[in-house]
Amino acid sequence: MRVPPGVSPRDFADAIKQWGEAVGKEWVFTSDEDVDLYRDSYSPFWHEAEEPIPSAAVAPDGVEQVQAVVKIANTYKVPLWTISTGKNLGYGGSAPLLGGSVVLDLKRMDRILEVNEKNHYALVEPGVSYFDLYRYIQEKGLKVWIDPADPGWGSLIGNAVDRGGGRTPMRDHFDAHCGMEIVLPNGEVMRTGMGALPGSKTWQQYRYGFGPYVDGMFSQSSLGVVTKMGFWLFPEPEAYFTGTVTVPKHDDLIPLVATLAYLMNSSIVLGTTSVASPLNFVRDPALAALRAKPGGASTQELGQYALEKNLGYWSIELPFYGPAKVVAAQWEYAKDRFSAIAGAKFQEGATRRFPLDPKEPVPFPGSVAMGIPNLSVFGVGGARSEGHVWFSPIIPMTGEAVLEAQQVFTDAYKEMGMAMGPLFFLGPSSNYPRCFLVLFGFPIEHDIEKNRKNRENFKRLIQVAAEHGWGEYRTHTAFMETVMNAYSYNNHALRRFHETIKDAVDPNGILSPGKCGIWPKHLRKAQA
Amino acid sequence: MKNARAVLLILVSLAFAASAFAAPDDAQIEKGHKVYDKWCFPCHGTGSGKPGTDSLRARGQNPAVLEERTDLTAPMIKTFVRHGVLYMPMFRKTEISDADLDAIAAYLTRNNKP
Repeated sequence: MRVPPGVSPRDFADAIKQWGEAVGKEWVFTSDEDVDLYRDSYSPFWHEAEEPIPSAAVAPDGVEQVQAVVKIANTYKVPLWTISTGKNLGYGGSAPLLGGSVVLDLKRMDRILEVNEKNHYALVEPGVSYFDLYRYIQEKGLKVWIDPADPGWGSLIGNAVDRGGGRTPMRDHFDAHCGMEIVLPNGEVMRTGMGALPGSKTWQQYRYGFGPYVDGMFSQSSLGVVTKMGFWLFPEPEAYFTGTVTVPKHDDLIPLVATLAYLMNSSIVLGTTSVASPLNFVRDPALAALRAKPGGASTQELGQYALEKNLGYWSIELPFYGPAKVVAAQWEYAKDRFSAIAGAKFQEGATRRFPLDPKEPVPFPGSVAMGIPNLSVFGVGGARSEGHVWFSPIIPMTGEAVLEAQQVFTDAYKEMGMAMGPLFFLGPSSNYPRCFLVLFGFPIEHDIEKNRKNRENFKRLIQVAAEHGWGEYRTHTAFMETVMNAYSYNNHALRRFHETIKDAVDPNGILSPGKCGIWPKHLRKAQA
Repeated sequence: MKNARAVLLILVSLAFAASAFAAPDDAQIEKGHKVYDKWCFPCHGTGSGKPGTDSLRARGQNPAVLEERTDLTAPMIKTFVRHGVLYMPMFRKTEISDADLDAIAAYLTRNNKP
């Protein structure tokens, strides 16, 4: 049996026995065969000794059992790594950051406690996936939408506390939450917001409660185990419509994004859209030859090609949600604003009415933008992909920033000898308000040398981004330390603050050691 | 070495392929159908946006939809679910229990010739 770091085999055996008594022996996994199922299927350390493999896993089924597990871990100072559905693939999956940690697997806690159709919210446990909640709502015919992450098997809670994003107006998943129940490192249960008021009637309706608002401290965090969380849902809209605006010239990107930002910040466009280029979707040998020449195609050459073919240089597909008349008016207004760009063209997509006809096939692509979860994102790397990790910096929502990022990352990729294929450059996308998220997929392979090189390149990109004032919104466990190191203002004041809180709230350092570069005191020096 | 894991899995599966075939009962098949719909269909089903089906098709598998195949064996199915292959991850026992996995195998082998 594997043993966690710093724990004697005897103490670990006692902890295992007590966990068995707390949750049932069948829900404590210790055999290599069972524990290996918690490895990160997309680990950038495949076949390497550094791969952080857990020592065991324990799967409680209720908040009281979580309390018992945490208390036992505290007694024996066993490090726990909490997962919800464990499908955070690309960001660490179900594996811990610190090898030998025991995975606290909350998948069995999959109860949908409430879906309120009148005020549009839900209260769920961590094991509830987007698929689960979607099916529940469909079966009951409720007039509410969820906002799925791209992978539909993700946990609402897990994704939200990792600050994941979706595509509908409720796409900022942490922002869409209202009220948490948390088991603290000492085993005590705490409810946040109005949940702190016994018998509260508004736990999922008013976020802040009274006193300092602490919910954010439990996102990307190792300060507690979230056992319940409320989410605001989107009332099923009457209609969903997309319209595409295309502008002819390279430099039109500046007013294009400025107009988009105005429309989004004015709550006229509310949903995820991406800056795209029609040039990326053309299969023309002449264009391929232009791009393949030494040094690549210049902006002028691409601009000339786009002009000759009447393609347009940039495009944005705008999503609109709401009453059909309002959606139509919003599109008309958006067209007015974009028409200030000479040569702007507009193309109208289909208008979807809800509820969808169940006899019709689920719309694809685009179903996630209509609150319908799927798994199609996993095909992103091609048929023979062995997985991926995401490099995901946040940049300003301006055309200038997009052009700068394009130049900086293209140069960085060239310097590192990597090809930047169009398929593996997603975005810039408006998953979050006021900024763009850019996603770069790094392939994972079962090849040690390639993974080593990719890890070096990934860390280099974190550095390059930081040098330009861009930071990652979220990252794979393998890079959490590097990313946190980049958030270094005033001699790492933020991390030192996190460490002060960590030491106070979790003095034995049992919860998710190393998460986001925050280590408990007894492991801090070893990691520095 | 890129596909070493896939090759290993196939070899392991073939080694077990000759195991005795016991016809599962209808209840087990029906249970397997439900578990399959929940856990497997979103990736391996029919229709657009099913990356498992798309990958198998691109690699020459015909039929690419698992439910339409008659050449899958229970050990093969269990090996893929518990070890993953390419970008398909492995599945834990809190997701798909051993009993559920038996049921999936019963469902996906229901049309095999004895």
